[in-house]
Amino acid sequence: MPPTPMADKPLLKIEDVEIAFSSPDEADIVAVRQVDLSLYPGKTLCLVGESGCGKSVTARAVLRLNDQNSLIRCGRIRFSPSDGETVDIAALKPDSLAMRKIRGNQISMIFQEPMSSLSPVHTVGDQIDEMIMLHEGLKPKDARERTVALLDQVGVPGPRERANSYPFQLSGGLRQRAMIAMALACKPNLLIADEPTTALDVTTQAQILDLLKELQEEYGMAMLFITHDLGVVAEIADEVAVMYLGDVVEQGNVFDVFRAPSHPYTQALMRSIPTIARKKERQRLSPIKGTVPSAKDRPEGCAFTSRCPYAFEPCAGMMPGRTSVSGNHVARCHLLTENARKAEVPA
Amino acid sequence: MLRFLTTRLISMVLTIWAVSFVAFAIIQLPPGDYLTAYMARIAAEGERVTAAEMEAMRQQYGLGDPFLIQYWKWISGIFGSGDFGQSFEWKRPVTSLIWGRLGNSILLEGLAVLVMWLVALPIGVYAAVRKYSLGDYLATVFGFLGLAVPNFLFALVLMYLSYVWFGTTLGGLFSQEFERAHWSLPRIWDFFSHAWAPIIVLATAGTAQLIRIMRANLLDELKKPYVTTARAKGLPEWKVIVKYPVRVALNPLVSTIGWLLPTLVSSSVIVSVVMSLPTAGPLLLRSLTSQDMYLAGAIIMLLGVLTVVGTLISDLILAWIDPRIRHGGGR
Repeated sequence: MPPTPMADKPLLKIEDVEIAFSSPDEADIVAVRQVDLSLYPGKTLCLVGESGCGKSVTARAVLRLNDQNSLIRCGRIRFSPSDGETVDIAALKPDSLAMRKIRGNQISMIFQEPMSSLSPVHTVGDQIDEMIMLHEGLKPKDARERTVALLDQVGVPGPRERANSYPFQLSGGLRQRAMIAMALACKPNLLIADEPTTALDVTTQAQILDLLKELQEEYGMAMLFITHDLGVVAEIADEVAVMYLGDVVEQGNVFDVFRAPSHPYTQALMRSIPTIARKKERQRLSPIKGTVPSAKDRPEGCAFTSRCPYAFEPCAGMMPGRTSVSGNHVARCHLLTENARKAEVPA
Repeated sequence: MLRFLTTRLISMVLTIWAVSFVAFAIIQLPPGDYLTAYMARIAAEGERVTAAEMEAMRQQYGLGDPFLIQYWKWISGIFGSGDFGQSFEWKRPVTSLIWGRLGNSILLEGLAVLVMWLVALPIGVYAAVRKYSLGDYLATVFGFLGLAVPNFLFALVLMYLSYVWFGTTLGGLFSQEFERAHWSLPRIWDFFSHAWAPIIVLATAGTAQLIRIMRANLLDELKKPYVTTARAKGLPEWKVIVKYPVRVALNPLVSTIGWLLPTLVSSSVIVSVVMSLPTAGPLLLRSLTSQDMYLAGAIIMLLGVLTVVGTLISDLILAWIDPRIRHGGGR
């Protein structure tokens, strides 16, 4: 490991953030509520959840890339690079100079679909050069040298020729490598990866994950990694945060959460992973009952109420607080407080 | 690229040949020929022509020959010696009539297209980026107004206003002293002092359509992930928009350049008549009504050739600006 000790000071601290989307015809939809996350240099936080649970919205809010009709209603996104002052990103204007200086330079992002995430009419090299010239003011020629070195580093064969290729001339894996090279061009403090391996085949997925881990060790950057694949989480995460319908229901050290999932949703997720077992010991997969309700129909309290096998009186009406399970492992579930109360009162 | 060009050129020659055949067939389609139309006019003036005289004239013009022989005489004259035949009505070679007119048409329509693009593209971009804003609605309203108001009416309004406000009559493309002069700075100035009105009139018609197309294309592109990528790089918003989605949204528009010209020539006939512009449109109209077949055929065929050449040019531009076409890949 590089000399990045477990710093006390988080690089990015998301505090109590709520994000809503407005539309002209309907009431506002709250996509994300009361999210608290911390990211540390050299560490990876995985955001896990089903489609539409708000993980991408949360991640994009860090770069203020959500659509114009979104609003960070409350909360702070404190970004504290080691060589600069703390900025509250939630208070910046999306197209302000301050925000643009952070984008790509200190915090950069890679996306799910490397085909559509790169411009079809510009060469890969031009797209990477642009970022370097923008933030470091290099001349085109020097920027290209850096680009070629970056492409080489992320494992693109024949980087000098590939820099002149258009995205459609590269394979999916190479495109994602080019995307990673672009994201790393200005040595960011934080890399946000929004399902970077979802669109790739399994062998390429593993290569890209290895590459990201390698680069993280080398650059010592923090990583916010979004996925719905628990296998990927096990592979890459230090910390994990499980989201359901806009709420972070459980978060903590990846080993703690995987060993002792404490929220019924996390437990159900764990049970829905197929395992390899002898025929005698095989169990049927147990899918989670029902479907994710729309954010419009979400109960005031715990969002999982409608599908939770353990739901009882307070669940629908009251948002459960963050309850510590062990260390930094916390979950939001009334069962935990209920159990704690029962334990206190001797039977 | 070379192979692309050769196949395109071969198919171009074939297309032009087909166009010439169809053009000749079309001008033969109406019942009767130039002579019957001519007779009708003479008769209306109270004179009489005998059947024998008429037959003699028919022989002289070769109008009695079968269709294919007439076509062969015509087309071999064009490709053999650049001879498009005689105009019956003007009693002059067709070539001496059309080049100047066609040149005026191309110049005027070209300028109209230029103005159209210069006006419509920025408005289209604005309307897409600020969707459902006041500006978007205003652009839509004025665009459709331009589309809905008939061209000739707009031309008349402009002519009236120009007479009332400035005391000048609009009409024609040149003042009398410059009509036959060579191009010079004063002549260019004179041209523009006349041409601004027809250019505006012709441009307004296509502007609305172009605004809508640009807006729709760009709205599709703005949602694409590569725009978010560009934004995530830290580029200023205007640069994100202009460099990425606008660039991609322009490609389908470029491919329409080729057939803009013939559309404009045929749609501008009435405007040209109203503003007495010496362009190809009125000439074509007149030759058609009087069944002046070689003149009409020549104009129709040249318009066809212009379309084919224009399409080739726009395809070449498209291949040049869009690597997905140039390299024959992508989606």
